[in-house]
Parts: sequence; C-alpha cells; structure tokens
Amino acid sequence: MRFVRVPVAPALVALAAFAASFGGQGTAVAASAEKGKAAFIQRGCWQCHDYNGQGSVATSNGTVIARTALPLDAFKSFVRNTNGAMPPYRPQVLSDDELDDIYAYLQSLPQPKSPSDIPLLGDVRAQ
Amino acid sequence: MLKKNSSMKFNRRKFLAAAAVAGTTGVVNPARAATAPEAQRRLPSALPPNAHVAAAETGTLQMPSGDNGTPGSDFMVDVIKTLDIKYLPANPAASYRGLHESLIDYGKNTMPEFLTCMHEESAVGMCHGYYKATGKPIMTLVHGVVGLQHATMAVYNAWCDRVPVLIIGGNDLDAAHRPPGVPTFHSAQDINAIVRDYTKWDDNPVSPQHFAQSFVRMYKIATTPPYGPVMMALDGGLQNEPIRGDGEKLYIPKFFVSAPPQGDLGAVKEAASLLANAERPVIVVDRAARTPEGVKLLVELAELLQAPVVDQGNRMNFPNTHYLNRPANVINQADVIIGMELSDYWNTVNGFVDNGYEGIGQNITKMKPETKLISISSVDLLTKSNYQDFQRFQSIDVSMPGDAEATLPSLIEAVKSAIPNNRKDALTKRGDAIRQAHAKGLDNTKQAAAIAWEANPVSTARLVTELYAQIKDLDWSLVSTSGNTSNWANRLWPIEKHYQWLGWSGGYGVGYGAPASVGAALGNRDLGRFSVSIQSDGDLMYAPGVLWTAARHKIPLLAVMHNNRGYHQEVMHVQRLSNFRNRVANIGNDLGPIGTSIMNPDIQYHKLAESLGWWATGPIVDPGDLGPAIREAVAVVKSGQPALVNVMTQPR
Repeated sequence: MRFVRVPVAPALVALAAFAASFGGQGTAVAASAEKGKAAFIQRGCWQCHDYNGQGSVATSNGTVIARTALPLDAFKSFVRNTNGAMPPYRPQVLSDDELDDIYAYLQSLPQPKSPSDIPLLGDVRAQ
Repeated sequence: MLKKNSSMKFNRRKFLAAAAVAGTTGVVNPARAATAPEAQRRLPSALPPNAHVAAAETGTLQMPSGDNGTPGSDFMVDVIKTLDIKYLPANPAASYRGLHESLIDYGKNTMPEFLTCMHEESAVGMCHGYYKATGKPIMTLVHGVVGLQHATMAVYNAWCDRVPVLIIGGNDLDAAHRPPGVPTFHSAQDINAIVRDYTKWDDNPVSPQHFAQSFVRMYKIATTPPYGPVMMALDGGLQNEPIRGDGEKLYIPKFFVSAPPQGDLGAVKEAASLLANAERPVIVVDRAARTPEGVKLLVELAELLQAPVVDQGNRMNFPNTHYLNRPANVINQADVIIGMELSDYWNTVNGFVDNGYEGIGQNITKMKPETKLISISSVDLLTKSNYQDFQRFQSIDVSMPGDAEATLPSLIEAVKSAIPNNRKDALTKRGDAIRQAHAKGLDNTKQAAAIAWEANPVSTARLVTELYAQIKDLDWSLVSTSGNTSNWANRLWPIEKHYQWLGWSGGYGVGYGAPASVGAALGNRDLGRFSVSIQSDGDLMYAPGVLWTAARHKIPLLAVMHNNRGYHQEVMHVQRLSNFRNRVANIGNDLGPIGTSIMNPDIQYHKLAESLGWWATGPIVDPGDLGPAIREAVAVVKSGQPALVNVMTQPR
C-alpha cells in the first residue's frame, strides 16, 4: 500500500484537473433527462449524491453535481476513471448512453434558491 | 467463593437447593436438606434418594420461617444509596432478584429509581446518554450471561466514548446448589470475562463487605479520567444470604474524588513554546471538554494563540459560533498541531481513501513533513489489547498522557509566558484572517443547504433547518443524531452550551441513538431542558422497545426521523465493491443493493411509536408539511410526553 501526501481532498483535485483539461470541449447531446433520472437511481448515483445531486460532506466531499459546470466529456471521463473516494463506473456497469442521460438529468435540475430567499436559513448560526 | 460460617442460622446454599426442589414438589425444611457426606459417598449407579429428595418426595414438608434476618441485598442498597445514583434502567432478571426486591421494597424505589427496559442494550445506552447530558453516572443491572451478552455492544460504545457506566450482573456461582436448568444456563464461572476487554475494572465480591468496597471502588474508577464502564458480577446467593449475626460490623467506605491526571509540567512548557512560536498552530479537540469549564478553558487557549480550533465532535468542546471554530482542512497548512483527547490521532493528520488500490485502499498524509505534533490524552493511561479502539499508531513530538481539561490551566499559563512580545501583532492579524474565513464558511454552508430545498424526499439540510426553527427559542439539547445527516446540525445550529451537542456513540455500534436519546432526555427532563434527537431508521429498529420505556416513565423527547429507508453506509459499501469489480449491483426490487434497504414494506415508524405510547405523526414526504408537524410535536413534548415525527428523507 502506498503512502502519499494529498494536500486537499482527492476527489476535488481530480474534478478540477478534469475540468481544466476538458474545459470548453463539452458537446450538446440528444439525451433524455427522464431516462437519466431513472439511470441515476438504478445505477446507484443517488447513494452518494442524493436524489437531486446536492451531495453531502459525508459522502461526496461536499461536491454538488446538480447542474455541474463540468463539460460532458470531462464529466464522463471522470466517472469512468476516478481513482479517489468515488468508485469508477466502467462501461460494464454504466453505458455511454446512460451517462449522457444522467448528464442531461443533472443539467435539468432547478437552480437553487438564494439562501437569502429562504427565511429559515436566516435564523441559523445567529451570533 | 463465599466464606463459610458455621454459626449461620440459615444456610443459603441449602435454602436454594430446597427451593429448587420445592419448585416441583413443594417446600422442604432447609434444616433437613442434603448433607455433604451423603453427597460425597461413593454410590451405586442406581441412587437411593438422599435425605433432601426423600423429604421432597415423601411429604412432611415445612415452609421456611420467612424470618431469615436482613438479606445482604438490603445492605447493598444502603451502599448504592450513598453514591447519589438517581436512576437504574434495567431489564428484569432472576439472577439479580434479591437486589431488585431490596431496591424497590427496602429502598422504596428511590435513589435509584428502577426504570423498566426491554433490552439490556437499551439500558446501558440510556446510562450512556444520561451521563453525557448530566455529567452524573447511573447504574444498570443485567442478567447473568444472556443479559450481559445483550448489553455488550452498548458497553463497548461506552468504553470507546469514555463514559462511566456502572453495571452489575447477576450470577449464581454455586454449581451444587443453584437452581438447575435455566438459571444454570445463565450462570458462568466469570461473567465479567464477557466485557473485560472493554471495561475499566471488574470484580466479583464474595461478602457484603466486599460488595461495599468494590461498589465504591468501581464508582471511583469509572469517574476518574479516562472515564469508562465498570462491571461487577453479583452472586445470587450473596444477595439473598442474611447478614451474619456474629457481631461483624459492616461499613460503607466513603467515596472520594480523585484529582484527574495532568500532563507533565516540563512537557507542558515544551508544548507551550512550540505553540507560541508557531506560524500556523491548530488546536484539534475531540473529548477535551469534560465539563462546561473545559469549554471555557479551550476558548481561552484558542484566543490566546489566535489559533483555529477543529472540533471533532465527540463532545461539545468549542462553540461553533466562535470565529476560531474551523473545519478540518486547516490541518493541511499547520506547522504545529495540538490534539486533545483525540480518539484517532493518525486519522486526524492522515487519511485513507477506500479506492480499492491493490485491493485495499490508499493511505494519504494531510500534514507537512515538518509539522510538529503535540498530544494530551488520558486514554494513553489505559490501553488494552484485543479491541482496536486505540486506532493506528501515530508518532508524536510532545506526548502528554494526562487529562486534557485538567492540563489546560497550566498550559494556558505556560503559553502566556511563552508568547514573545513581538509576536502579538502577528497573532492579531492571524485572528482577523480566521474571522473572515469563518464568516465566508457560514455563507457557503447556507448556500449548500439551499440546494434541493424543495426536494421530495426531504433533504437533510431542510430537515435540520425546519427542526431548528421550532426549537430555537427553547433551552434545547440535541441528544443524538444517529444515521448521518451530513453534520447539518453542527453546521447550521448555534451550539454554544455543552449539552447542546452530546456527540456520537463512541464505538459506532448502531443502535445507540434511540436509547442514548432516551437516557439523555431523562437527565434533561430533570434539568428543565428540551430534548430533541434526529433518529435514523436502522438505529431505531435494533431495540425499539426503548420507546416504550420513554412513554412508561414519561420522558419527554422529540424524535424526528431521518428515514432514508436503508442501512445507507452499507448501501454505499456494496455499490462500491460492485463498481470496483465491474459488476452491476443487484438491487432486486429495492433502491439499494440486496440486503441493504429497509423497504418493501416501508416501516411505519409513527405507527410503531404510537403503539409504544408515543404521540406520533407521518410519514412526512412533502417538505412543506414538515414545519407544522414538528410544531405540533414540540407542543406535545413540552407537555411532558415523547413525540415522533416520521420524515422520509434523502440519503445523507
């Protein structure tokens, strides 16, 4: 077993690297957000990223994948090859079409409200 | 074994033997029971009846007089009453019937009050939670062998969480005279062996005076840092045997508090010098604050150094509203780290990525090679071998085996002396930068909470925020968060008092949340606090009978379900392995891999709670329904009853 120094969370490093290397190369595809939602649940993406892609500090290192800023190619490459906390999804487990659909589903998720528009969030951590 | 006394008017061994026969044939006069020479004589294979059996079979039985003197268990109650133990949650059992009877009749069921539990794991879990809410230990009784076996996971949690719990287990050592059959199945040479690996101390007293010494001793050991559970096996005969009438004077030793062990003064000065001269010192705390005073001391140290504090949260150590409270990533840039009562130092400065590398995973280090490490930990004074709660070994530069809270006053004074005058401006600037980062962190947290705000099932951020809105004006105590709600309560609620956050289970044995919540709520009830728990589905179902205990004994508690319909950690583990092996996880008809979901059928937790005497409502699916439901439940709890709101939630 190797012992390496990782200054920040590995998943974030990997995501940033992929975003940089594939920036601007995303392509629009004819994919189905509806099918993507089904695949998102059927293939277990929801387990760490929650049903709406909001993720968790406990399971996705706080990474939000709803409306991900990653271009499609970078997104797919990350899912296929990640070697960090997230296990890779290879074609035997998740087809290219399903990945396209999942991407479409994530892009279809609504823009979150601003915290200032949620009165209850105004009450928290009052000092 | 018990000391024999020929002058005893009533022999408990003979009485027990007689009682066993009486169970089938009637009662014999113990004075006419079997004699030792008869039992020891070499006998033919076809045994003639001995005197004992003959008496039972031929009649002419006599009832015991019933005037057997003061039972030993009455004296035991006298001993217990000296230690101000308020409650005794327990599942009833024959092996401690003598003490049970003395507690409720002779002792009038006060100090301690017996609380009926439906599982020994629940009873120990209640003791665990009670202590963390009140700072006072309570005791439980368990049945020999099987009862203690039931209790074990909860004892292990208390051990790992450094919580004092007093456990007495009934046992019947005398193989020749204890009742045959079930009571003998439930006896052992040494029941304490079941929990010896994860208790601080155990004993097996053989006389009333021995009991008195050992009970006071076990209380003292349990409440001297490092705290921990303690165990006493209590012989059934000893409970029932009358106090000897031969003039022996029994006494109850006076309890005294031991001063907690402190870090070596030379090491304290060395640590202070490192901290005072560091550019980026970081304070990491886990169970450092044993008392509210500990919180104040930590604030004083942090402000003195203007150093960020990472609260790992096994206790409420440091207010999360304080600008020096920071997330764990500040460790990456630290040049000096002081860890206080950390349960896992290695994993504080290193990490493990479960990525299947070489079939296992990858170790990583988070700190710089030149970073100096300081440790103060009382747990260094008590390490056992078998169970691995001591975690991986971490090399430390200045290691102080000692209690962190007790060491803090001398450390603070040493740091004051060690800070050079020319560094004070630098410290102020450091504090200003941390203050800005703290404010920005809160903004980011709120933005994250807003995502999926309207989602169905309810997001865990919404769950926690809606709950806070209904309790924020009360003197609330978050007694447990079982399952995993992404730490939203710690991130969103202002946690400034020691009872507002009681930490986790210690050993991560699932099934802690419900009983510990009820135990903590019991303590909070008497202190006028409002108790709330975030209760996960899997955790509740290990021993849901504790809900009945709460209703039976009128323990007010608001339990809001985090019902994500799965053993979610295992959901992800099996999925992860399927991915590593390039196989599609078989989810059957569920959402998670087969064997990990709690669905088909969905459990109606609100109906379960109702059947156990709680006010309950649910299932809440629409987040818009959550606030009104919790508001109604809060009113019920304020009236003195427990209430449960069943909420269908997102996974984490």
